Amino acid sequence: MKQNITGAQALMESLLHEGVDTIFGYPGGAIIPVFDAMYDYTDKLHYVLTRHEQGATHAAQGYARVSGKVGVCIVTSGPGATNTITGIGDALMDSTPMVVITGQVGKSLLGTDAFQEIDLVGITQPITKWSYQIRDEKEIPWAVARAFYIAKSGRPGPVVLDFAKNAQTAKFDYEPATCTFIRSYLPNHPLDNEAVAKAAQLINQAKKPLALVGHGVTIGQAEEELKAFLDKADIPAAWTLLGESAMPTSYRLNKGMLGMHGNIGPNIKTNECDLLIAIGMRFDDRITGDLNVYAKQAKVIHFDIDIAEIDKNVKTDVAVLGDVKNTLPAVTAQLENNAHTEWIDSFKQYEELEMEKVIRHELNPPAGSPITMGEVVRKVSDATQRKAILVTDVGQNQMEAVRYFQFDEKRSVVTSGGAGTMGFGIPAAIGAKIAKPKRTVCLFCGDGGFQMTMQELGTIIQEKMDVKIILMNNNYLGMVRQWQELFFQQRYSSTPMVNPDFNAIAQAYGIPTRLVNQREELDSAIADMLNSTNSYLLVVNVQEKSLVYPMTPAGGAVTTILLNENNK
Amino acid sequence: MEEKTIYTITIFSENNPGLLNQITTVFTRRQINIETLSVSPSALKGIHKFTITVQTDKPTIEKVVKQIDKRVDILKAYYNNDSELVYQEIALYKLATDKVLALGGIEPLIRKYNARVLEILDNCVVLEKTGLYEETQEMFDELARTTGVLQFIRSGRVAITRGRIERLSDMLASIEKRRQEEQL
Repeated sequence: MKQNITGAQALMESLLHEGVDTIFGYPGGAIIPVFDAMYDYTDKLHYVLTRHEQGATHAAQGYARVSGKVGVCIVTSGPGATNTITGIGDALMDSTPMVVITGQVGKSLLGTDAFQEIDLVGITQPITKWSYQIRDEKEIPWAVARAFYIAKSGRPGPVVLDFAKNAQTAKFDYEPATCTFIRSYLPNHPLDNEAVAKAAQLINQAKKPLALVGHGVTIGQAEEELKAFLDKADIPAAWTLLGESAMPTSYRLNKGMLGMHGNIGPNIKTNECDLLIAIGMRFDDRITGDLNVYAKQAKVIHFDIDIAEIDKNVKTDVAVLGDVKNTLPAVTAQLENNAHTEWIDSFKQYEELEMEKVIRHELNPPAGSPITMGEVVRKVSDATQRKAILVTDVGQNQMEAVRYFQFDEKRSVVTSGGAGTMGFGIPAAIGAKIAKPKRTVCLFCGDGGFQMTMQELGTIIQEKMDVKIILMNNNYLGMVRQWQELFFQQRYSSTPMVNPDFNAIAQAYGIPTRLVNQREELDSAIADMLNSTNSYLLVVNVQEKSLVYPMTPAGGAVTTILLNENNK
Repeated sequence: MEEKTIYTITIFSENNPGLLNQITTVFTRRQINIETLSVSPSALKGIHKFTITVQTDKPTIEKVVKQIDKRVDILKAYYNNDSELVYQEIALYKLATDKVLALGGIEPLIRKYNARVLEILDNCVVLEKTGLYEETQEMFDELARTTGVLQFIRSGRVAITRGRIERLSDMLASIEKRRQEEQL
């Protein structure tokens, strides 16, 4: 109990009570009392001043994704608050625990169109798990405890606390609060023994099972449970974008990536398997393509914590509700030891096909040809011995990065999946590095996304951070250009970019940098980057008109896969 | 295409500001029109009840109800078709007094539709009828033909399920039981 402290101080106490040690954000008029209180908490709370509120949200996301803790942002009202919308929406799509605290005008001014007043609760209700306005200081302990409980429990997601200025300055007797239960919100499901038994029976009977591994495995920290499950029944598994690194790249049952730019094998096998086992994934359209021709031959088991995902896109035969950390072992216990050698071997022909048609050229292009994104990614992956955290921006750079980066360690990918937010990369890498300062963080981005949030280089130098940024520059908005080339008759509307001297920008911030135009320089440049104890901007001029393959065109069957320009 | 029909959604929620917005955005995203909407305190203090009717198909209603139920402040949401419900709407009709008198008396109309007189003033008469949509509409149509209707308002549907139902108090008891189990 702390007697007679301000609401702003009570917020600090409440955050400490929730175990918060890092906050991202940006000050402004309606939140100044909170920043004033924070001035006395700098020994306990590390405040990271970003250069834009959107950057604060993505940094909090990067922090949350690699640490598993709730990311926290504090920003001001009005434009400060609306600048967080993209990050909040992104966090909802990618189930990222985040609490965004925004200043708000005082109670007496609410509803009057006061300076920097925006109805943030109204705006954010559709894109948060919970959005609440604190108008009375006495609500602070309760609201903060509830916000953290909601953000991290069940299927995690963003929460907004809109903090009226009068409640920041008013004094009251603070008593810490804890929230472990909300009667209208039951995030956990009791284990359904019947569903577990049915799922185990289907798996035991299956001749050609295929597991789809999603973000839920990482969120539930169930990587070991997943491996035990797959090993026992000998089930080949493929991952969604956010499911990458839940299995090591070298794991014998890891059959690669699903979806639009995924590997050929798992996509083809989706329509050949007799049992599809979805584990903490939500059948996004970038995974399924046309649902009318998606896995129609297979029975479907869906493990998920969110009941609203069951039957949303794909009709399930058995739904196993709950945290995969609990449900997977329950099913594993009832599995028979099995071997699906022939089925697993049948992936090989597609691996060989992809190697021949796509990967070989991407990783070992002919001498004298332009540098490809894939070879840059793989060289960095090799040079970091598969131990680095991969952060990506969005677009071709992202697809090539997740295709060719390799992993030994779990919880090693930070990318914007559901929302596909360009500009996510730099701030997310900042958050990831702050959460795991001892790990190498490698960000791959393109020239487009880099310029959307490049002001966050200022955050990097203020925090004296070591983030490795690999900018693969093709002077195009590459992914849009790819669609224009393939589906819009090469009408390159607004995709060519006139770019600045990126190295000069890095130099202006005092960040070591190097430009690579020739393949021969790449290895030494990567070595320079990794040997530097500083942040580093490695600019690689890559092939301008490259396309990411394989590609399953949007809305098509999962088995309709383009391999190259001539599709031969 | 799945066949569209009328579904009645019943929602029990905490009585917090902004809940209606949270509910309606779920319909907006899927371009579903709300046909009728009724909100009132339930039998239990602090818990509000929403009754919403929409025209849609079964797969959609299932998803929509799950997405509403998922909201933190929603205690429970479920849906029923008409055959599972006893339901009612209320309508008010304002008529010009002189037109009513010119009709030569209102008794037959009141008897025929089982309507009630709420108010009689020099200038207007207000009638009330409860019933199904078709019934209140039929009375409106007849009045429009005979006396004309100065004002007309119809409420949203209110509904109660037939047969075995999960009563709100039972539901709260089961939630309480789970709370105790989880905290053990």
